[in-house]
Amino acid sequence: MARITLDGIAHSYLPRPRGPGDFALKPLDHVWRDGGAYALLGPSGCGKTTLLNIISGLIAPSRGRVWFGERDVTDLPTEQRNIAQVFQFPVIYDTMTVYDNLAFPLRNRGASDAELDARVREVARVLDLTGSLGRRARRLSADAKQKISLGRGLVRPDVNAILFDEPLTVIDPQLKWELRAQLKHLHKQFDFTMIYVTHDQTEALTFADAVVVMVDGEVVQMGTPEELFERPTHTFVGFFIGSPGMNILPCTVTGATAQVGAHAIPLPCRYPTLGADAGRVELGIRPEFVHLTDLPDGYPVVVRGVDDVGRHKVVKVTFAGQDLNLTAPEETVVPAVGARLSFETARLNIYRDGQLIAGTPIEREAA
Amino acid sequence: MDTKPVNQRAWLMVAPVLVIVAFSALIPLMTVVNYSVQDIFGPGEAYWVGVEWFQEVLRDRRLHDALFRQFLFSGLVLLIEIPLGVAIALAMPRSGWKVSLVLIVLALPLLIPWNVIGTIWIIFTRPDIGLFGVAINAAGLTFDHTARPLDAWVTLMLMEVWHWTPLVALLAYAGLKAIPPAYYQAARIDGAGPWSVFWYIQLPKMRGVLTIAVLLRFMDSFLIYAEPFVLTGGGPGNTTTFLSIYLVKMALGQFDLGPAAAFSIIYFLIVLLFSWVFYQALQNVGRADRAGGGPQG
Amino acid sequence: MAVVLEQVSRVVGRESHLAQVSLELAPGSLTVLLGPTLAGKTSLLRVLAGLDRPTMGRLLVDGRDVTGVPVQRRSVAMVYQQFINYPNLTVFENIASPLRAQRVAGPELERRVREAAALLKLEPMLARLPQELSGGQQQRTAIARAIVKGADLLLLDEPLANLDYKLREELRTELPRLFAESGATLVYATTEPTEALLLGGSCATLTEGRVTQFGPTVEVYRRPNSVETAQIFSDPPINLVPVDKVGAALLLPDGGRVPLADGVAGLRDGPYRLGVRPNHLALVRPNQCAVAIIGTVAVAELTGSESFIHLDYGPARWVVHAAGIHKPTLDEPVAVWLDPARLYLFAPDGALAGAGAAIGLGAA
Repeated sequence: MARITLDGIAHSYLPRPRGPGDFALKPLDHVWRDGGAYALLGPSGCGKTTLLNIISGLIAPSRGRVWFGERDVTDLPTEQRNIAQVFQFPVIYDTMTVYDNLAFPLRNRGASDAELDARVREVARVLDLTGSLGRRARRLSADAKQKISLGRGLVRPDVNAILFDEPLTVIDPQLKWELRAQLKHLHKQFDFTMIYVTHDQTEALTFADAVVVMVDGEVVQMGTPEELFERPTHTFVGFFIGSPGMNILPCTVTGATAQVGAHAIPLPCRYPTLGADAGRVELGIRPEFVHLTDLPDGYPVVVRGVDDVGRHKVVKVTFAGQDLNLTAPEETVVPAVGARLSFETARLNIYRDGQLIAGTPIEREAA
Repeated sequence: MDTKPVNQRAWLMVAPVLVIVAFSALIPLMTVVNYSVQDIFGPGEAYWVGVEWFQEVLRDRRLHDALFRQFLFSGLVLLIEIPLGVAIALAMPRSGWKVSLVLIVLALPLLIPWNVIGTIWIIFTRPDIGLFGVAINAAGLTFDHTARPLDAWVTLMLMEVWHWTPLVALLAYAGLKAIPPAYYQAARIDGAGPWSVFWYIQLPKMRGVLTIAVLLRFMDSFLIYAEPFVLTGGGPGNTTTFLSIYLVKMALGQFDLGPAAAFSIIYFLIVLLFSWVFYQALQNVGRADRAGGGPQG
Repeated sequence: MAVVLEQVSRVVGRESHLAQVSLELAPGSLTVLLGPTLAGKTSLLRVLAGLDRPTMGRLLVDGRDVTGVPVQRRSVAMVYQQFINYPNLTVFENIASPLRAQRVAGPELERRVREAAALLKLEPMLARLPQELSGGQQQRTAIARAIVKGADLLLLDEPLANLDYKLREELRTELPRLFAESGATLVYATTEPTEALLLGGSCATLTEGRVTQFGPTVEVYRRPNSVETAQIFSDPPINLVPVDKVGAALLLPDGGRVPLADGVAGLRDGPYRLGVRPNHLALVRPNQCAVAIIGTVAVAELTGSESFIHLDYGPARWVVHAAGIHKPTLDEPVAVWLDPARLYLFAPDGALAGAGAAIGLGAA
């Protein structure tokens, strides 16, 4: 097991990249802590799978070095890096039994029969596969096959890290919960470094201690799920994380007040004046922090529609001429006319050209 | 899952094919059946003989010899061409301009008419002017496919392998190309060597195309006629007289239509039986059931 | 058009793909088929399309029996999970293809293609080839092609399954409006409960080829008629535990007591299965009636705004879906609060017997 260090890694699929646009992965430095659970989150084509394959050695980076602990592994082939990888579609050896599938990596490494048997049975036990050990792997369901793929990694005593490339794509929603919980549990138990690539925010946020959000080959933010949710440093993160994403409203800012259309909204911080000439200035607020209110000082809005998601409602409103979403509890009766809303002041963020701006926090008298 | 659409009009569309098949295959086959159970001396002079021709044919020693030769030939063809074809496919490049080049080179023998193949090889192996014949004689070995049975067989096998291995290679190549890259990546991560990759990934994934290759090569080699006819005419002696050559000799050379018809039917049944056996064997190899779920219902 | 399935079964070999499915789809309605993989969703769509013939039962369209009528003679369009477009045609020509087959040409064709493209926000892409599009755009093209055809019946088989989560979210909210505008009768298959809720309309829950419930989507979600439906229509999975009803209380296997309010209290005493949705369990006591359930924390999943606490409760694994960040210690006991007004009671045969008052359903 080892810390993984990426030192100035960049990759282009073109033999002679000309500009930054030719890079699928732009220069990146990063350290993956030993035993950490990480997620790489981003839309298709953001470079997350490229990054994963650079770590596993399936792709040689155009630039930079990869270190496992104190060892430079940039030029080492995959099989010598002691990593395991679980792919999007389950990879199993069709003609083998579940037992032989799990034993395969150990056999290839010349493990003794007794050691092999003990490891295989132990891994089968933690993955609930004991009952299927004698069955042919190809007859199993997708989730069991994916467990076998994972098991072939767990079975090896020498594994530095387990990499996951959208492993739950072909799994039904109900089973996703089981597999995810099992994975999380295994992580606690085995303490492997795990890196998990996905486009699904729920998977990324629930799996990882730290989530790396990528777009267009670049890391836009890395942080704990809480940080990403509460203080996205970029409007893209605000939009990409959360369901629905963060509301982004163009505004101007004077001191501790944001002006959205005709409405002046008090802010939790004091900012340098950001007028119409300050570039793109936006107010970001999560739908979870916008509430319907009966108080007369609420901002009047027009309700465009309500999506009942079961556990809560997503209310779609027009506020100052702009679309805005808010979530409301399951039982809420949304008024057809005369609805008003309030913002949780502490949750308001200000962005300039997409980047979060830090303000000076102010003490505010209780409103 | 069953994906056949319910469509009555489809029958109409295939009707012309059915009619052609009926005329080209079924009606001649019926004629053959007709001949096989009668002794025909001329128009209007036919006598019912029942299974007599069949009994006669089955007792024919020359036919036994031809049948043995035929099995030996087809067996050798499969034993050489399938592994060789797979080996070529494995060695082929997977991408880039070389792919097209290799594909064209491989396809060339397949484009040459069968009877021309024989002629080419006659010239190629002639001890006086043929490149192969002269070369091998110059090396101090005697080689004459018209006089020495072993040489005749070697020549025929060479010709057959040269002609048809590319087909097996192309089929195997198509099978290999269809394997998702994740399988190779997973195998590398699992520390599998090239042999394990071949045995546990490539071979199982090629099962479908190899079934087709084995069936095609078996049927085709079992029915071989034009090449030995042109190259050796069945000789020297009867050493390359395969079933079809013997059949033609019987039917046209000796005009024994009754036994020839009975022989044809037995021949047909043998091919059918073995094709079925091969198909079943390849479908069930390493596979306990065929019901396993697809990716999506 | 109105579509009626009467006792439709389909058996392939020895496997039953559909078992006595009866559904009535009103003209212009949206029906969501919800169920796990291999539940029979695709089989049902294929029967509806006329691609497969039912082994038993009838399919009526506007009152006419069309059971054996092939797909070509039905007014049907289909969108698949895979993005299926003509690779060598531009987006415009892809969308135009069904119209050209109907011999629509000239300004009429142009107008209808552009309308469909506008609806699906594809206008800037019209001159491109499918391979130059993102997955979302490719699937939009496929949907546009299906819509422009003007078919009376539009079938969608997990059309968003291969898309990125965020794209899926975006299309999910756009699709209902689009569907309403198309005027076609729609059938939409999905494995995801959230997707079903966002689409609205009616919902048929399927498992093992059977329809377990059919009704307005929100109603099926709130009032599942059986354990099976509740399990299909719950994400995270619904929490279940066997209980004994004695008088006005439920006895939990660990000895706990859940007092029952009027509606449910009147049920016959005996064994039941208690069901609670994960979001109806709370980590802080919601009201005076709430009963504490003590389980052992197995896994805690935190999304930054919500917590999913998995706990071992007796032999069962329960999930609590709570707002906010909660970090309980693993392998330690934790109290979660069960509100008697938000529980479901299922009879031993699986049928819903009753539900808490806040669920809006008294004794069934």
